[in-house]
Amino acid sequence: MPIHDQGYRRFEGLRDARGTAWLVIARSAIRTMLRNKKFLGLLILAWAPFIVRAVQVYASTNFPQIAFLAPTAKTFREFLEQQGPFVFFVTIYVGAGLIANDRRANALQIYLSKPLTRVEYVAGKALALLAFLLFVTWVPALLLLVVQILIAGSFAFVQKNLFLFPAITVFAFIQVAAAAFTMLALSSLSKSSRFVGVMYAGVILFTDAIQGMFWLMTRSSGASLVSPSASINQVGDVIFRLPPRYDTPWLLSLVMIASMIAISIVVLERRVRGVEVVA
Amino acid sequence: MPEMAVPSAVPPPAPTLPDQIVVRLSNVTVSYGKNQALRDVSAGFPTGAVGLLGPNGAGKSTMIKSLLGFVKPDTGRMTVLGHDVTEAPLDIRARIGYMPENDAHIPGMNAVTFVGYCGELAGLGAVDAMQRAHEVLYYVGLGEARYRNVETYSTGMKQRIKLAQALVHDPDLLFLDEPTNGMDPKGRDEMLELIRDLGHNKGMNLILSSHLLPDVEFTCDRVVVMDKGRVVAEGPIAELKGPGGRVYEVRAKADADRLIAALKALGMDCHATDEDVMRVFVPEGLSVQAVFRAAAREGIQMRHVRPSVPTLEDVFARAVGEE
Repeated sequence: MPIHDQGYRRFEGLRDARGTAWLVIARSAIRTMLRNKKFLGLLILAWAPFIVRAVQVYASTNFPQIAFLAPTAKTFREFLEQQGPFVFFVTIYVGAGLIANDRRANALQIYLSKPLTRVEYVAGKALALLAFLLFVTWVPALLLLVVQILIAGSFAFVQKNLFLFPAITVFAFIQVAAAAFTMLALSSLSKSSRFVGVMYAGVILFTDAIQGMFWLMTRSSGASLVSPSASINQVGDVIFRLPPRYDTPWLLSLVMIASMIAISIVVLERRVRGVEVVA
Repeated sequence: MPEMAVPSAVPPPAPTLPDQIVVRLSNVTVSYGKNQALRDVSAGFPTGAVGLLGPNGAGKSTMIKSLLGFVKPDTGRMTVLGHDVTEAPLDIRARIGYMPENDAHIPGMNAVTFVGYCGELAGLGAVDAMQRAHEVLYYVGLGEARYRNVETYSTGMKQRIKLAQALVHDPDLLFLDEPTNGMDPKGRDEMLELIRDLGHNKGMNLILSSHLLPDVEFTCDRVVVMDKGRVVAEGPIAELKGPGGRVYEVRAKADADRLIAALKALGMDCHATDEDVMRVFVPEGLSVQAVFRAAAREGIQMRHVRPSVPTLEDVFARAVGEE
C-alpha cells in the first residue's frame, strides 16, 4: 500500500432524509457569494435607497413643513422600482455562474450521480439567487413598512393601506422570479459566466431599447410587451392599485412574464442533464 | 462518527441480491441518434472487482452512464444493487460512487470543502461529511493538499479527488471510468494500488472501465469485454486466460502474414504484438510441433519460439478478433 494510506473505514452513521440536497446546494452557493467582498459591497449599496426612504419617512413624520413627502402606497411602488437596477446587477453577479460554472467544470455529472434529482439541483440554485434578490427587494420594502409604523407610532397608515403587505410580497416575488429563472436558463446555455452576464444584459437592455424606439416612432406604448422590465412594471402598477403606465392590457403583460418563466423552465429541463448527448 | 449524524431518516434496506449479482443488464440497447452505442447487451456483474474492458468507442462509458440513469436505453432492463434503474434511480445513487472519465469538480472550492460538499449531497450530515472528507482525502493521498483549490490541482491530483468524492459517502458499489487517464507512471501505479486495495481488502464492489489491459488485470478478478457496443466475453480473468503453457511467442524471419494464415488454417489463434513477434494460441489436440511443421511447409524460417503465460491481452485479442 502507498505510504500515505491512512486506511479506509466504512461509514456507520445515519444519513439525512432524501430530498434535502437542494438546501445543501443553496446554502453552499449563498456561502460562496457571501465570501466575496465586492458582492458584499453591492449588497450594502443596494440598501442605500432604504436608508434614504427611511429618512424621508422620519422627516415627513416629524417636520410638518415637509409633510408632503409622507409615504403613500406609491412610495413603496417607487421604492421597489428603484431597486430594479440592483436586481439587475445582483442577478448577473450571483446568477451568471450558477449553472455555467458547473457546466464548465463538468460538475453536473457529479451532482447528478448523487441521490438528487434535476429539479432539486435547479431548486437549490434558484433558491440561492432568489434569496439574494428578495434581500434587496422584499426585505427592505417590508422593513420600510415597519419603520413607518415605528416612526409614526401607530398602525393608521397600514390600516388605511392593508393591501400593501400582499402587494409588496406579490410584486417582489414576480420581479425576482422572472429575473432568477431567466438568468438560470441563460446560465444553463453556456460554459462562460461572463458570456451569460453579457447575454442577460443584452436581453434586458435590447428589449428596453426596442420598446423605447417604438415609443419614439409611434408615441404608443403598445410595444411594452417586448420588454420584460416594462411588463413587470405594468403588472406592478396594477398590483399597487395605480393606473397602468402603458397601453398594453396588464393581463397580457402578466402572460408575457409567465411565458418567460415557462420558457426558462423548458430550457432548464433540456440543458440540466448528467450527460450532453449530441446525436 | 455515528453520534454526530443527523438521524432524520435511514435509506430503505436493500433488496436481497440474487446470486450476488450487483449489476445486471438484460437486452439493453442505447442509441445516440442513428448510432447504436449498446446493442442488445446482456451481462451480469458479480460482487468484487470487475473490469469493463474494450477499445475506445466500445460502449463502456455509455453503459456506465445508462446505469447511472444519465442515458435512457431504447430497450432492455437494468438493475443495480437489486434496484431497477428506471424505477429507483435515487435509491441506486445513494449507494453508488461514480468517478467520471473527464475532469470534473465543483468550481471555487478547496479539496476538503468539495469532498465534504459531495458527502452532504449524498445525504451525510455536515459534520460527518467533513470528517469523512478528511479521512478519504488522506486515503487517496491528498491529505497535504486538501486545503488547496481543486482548480490548481495537477491531472493526477484531479483523478484522486474524483475518487475521493466517489468514496466519501461510503458507497456499496463504485463505478470508475478510466481512472488512470492522464496520470504519470508513478501516479498511475498508486491509483491502481488504491483501487486494488478497495476491491480486495476493503470489500468494496467496483466496476472499472478501461481500455488499458494491465490496469484491469492488476485490479480486477473478473472482466466483461466489450467491442462495438456488444459484450464479446465475460468471466473470471484466470478462467478466460485458460491454462498456462498453451500460448507461444513466435518470431519468424519474414512473411509473418503467410505464417499467420497457415496457423489460422490449422485452427490456431494468432495475433501480432510487435513488428515481428506474434502470439500463437495452440488449441487442445495440437502441440507446438504443429507450429514448426506449418512454418517448414511454408518455407518460413523460425527465429524464436517461447512458451508464454496467457494474458488478458490475449483474451481481449481473441474476443475482439472473433467478432
